[in-house]
Amino acid sequence: MKKDIAKLLQRKKKQIIDLWMKNQLADASLREDLMSNEELLEQSDELVNALLSKLTDDNLSNAESTDFDDVYEILSGISISRARQGFSPRETGVYIFSLKDALQEIVQQELRNDPVTLYEVSIKISKLIDSFGVVTFETFIKGREEVILRQTDEIAEISTPVIRVWDGIVALPIIGTLDSARTQVVMESLLQEIVDTGSGIAILDISGVPAVDSLVAQHLIKTVSATRLMGAECIISGIRPEIAQTVVHLGIDLSNIVTKSTLASALKHAFTLLQLEVRRKQKETSTLKSNI
Amino acid sequence: MEKRTTATTRTSLVTVLSKDKVPIAREQDVVLFRNRVKEYATKIGMGIVNQTKLITAASELVRNMLRYANGGDALIEVISKGRENGIRLTFTDEGPGIADVQKAMKDGFSTGKSLGLGLPGTKRLVSEFDIKSVVGQGTVVTVIKWKNG
Repeated sequence: MKKDIAKLLQRKKKQIIDLWMKNQLADASLREDLMSNEELLEQSDELVNALLSKLTDDNLSNAESTDFDDVYEILSGISISRARQGFSPRETGVYIFSLKDALQEIVQQELRNDPVTLYEVSIKISKLIDSFGVVTFETFIKGREEVILRQTDEIAEISTPVIRVWDGIVALPIIGTLDSARTQVVMESLLQEIVDTGSGIAILDISGVPAVDSLVAQHLIKTVSATRLMGAECIISGIRPEIAQTVVHLGIDLSNIVTKSTLASALKHAFTLLQLEVRRKQKETSTLKSNI
Repeated sequence: MEKRTTATTRTSLVTVLSKDKVPIAREQDVVLFRNRVKEYATKIGMGIVNQTKLITAASELVRNMLRYANGGDALIEVISKGRENGIRLTFTDEGPGIADVQKAMKDGFSTGKSLGLGLPGTKRLVSEFDIKSVVGQGTVVTVIKWKNG
């Protein structure tokens, strides 16, 4: 004798929801502060409805079945909305897994006289709900990853500001590692700024670059060459002692590029090139006072 | 405490104090790996100059691995020989291999469009350097940087 489990569960839908809600409300980890009981009931009701309406005896043992697409969609929605409300992934996971208890209790009541079938069905239900739980975790992580990716893009954008330090002098402090994509951004914004401001001198400050390997050096050399093609002079500043030694050992030739240890000395060099002079203002008034 | 010992090319014994394996698959892993190396180097009290040299060498080799072999595995080991502590890095990939290792170790040689300083430059940055490559099977590069080397 083989009972139609899906039909059975569908018939008991009301009971399942009631039982699930009862278990949740009895649970100490219920977060009434984050979600009202009415909302919880609504959410649970939607999920159980979607699940039971698609459930058949065939797909009960096949969580990958396309029949469950709707259910997965609802699960993803629950996971995302709960994450926004401030639930931890663990709480969301426990919420889904607690449905298992409700389902199994119902099945247990119905199949009390048939332990073999009961065992089989419970394993199937268990597996199905497990895979549902995993989906909520996956969605949660995916959401986080999207945030991280967005932040990465933002960082790349804000970390390459071109600063106009003087009339005819632009500076670009580079912070972080110079990879190919970054170099592209740096080069584009630097060259554009040179055109926009009509600057004759560009200072690339690498104080914030943790290590200069041959690839980074190659990118720097390319940027300098491109600046020169635009008719501007390029100075690299912020070369720390350990970077200088490493570059020499690596055998990178930067001798035909003007390099300075600090941004200040690069600026001074730029002033010399532009035949500017920065002087302390003579304080005539104070000398007069002392004479009186 | 159990310590595993291995003999290096030199006759003296090298003791491995700790090891950490990092898989390299994407460009982002370069920075991650470099920071990990830096952590270990700081832990054994390596000076800032040697630290930077080691990190740069690590960076070169990881980039090579990504570029020519699409990634591989990098192993960081804290080792000691006698009274000297150091870091040993082993890079293992299953890439195309290097046909002429001697040529690859010369300045300015590159099959890609790079400066051709990666391998010879790295050798100058570290205390000990070893490369084994079999065409079609892959390449293993091992470098050691002693704390005061």
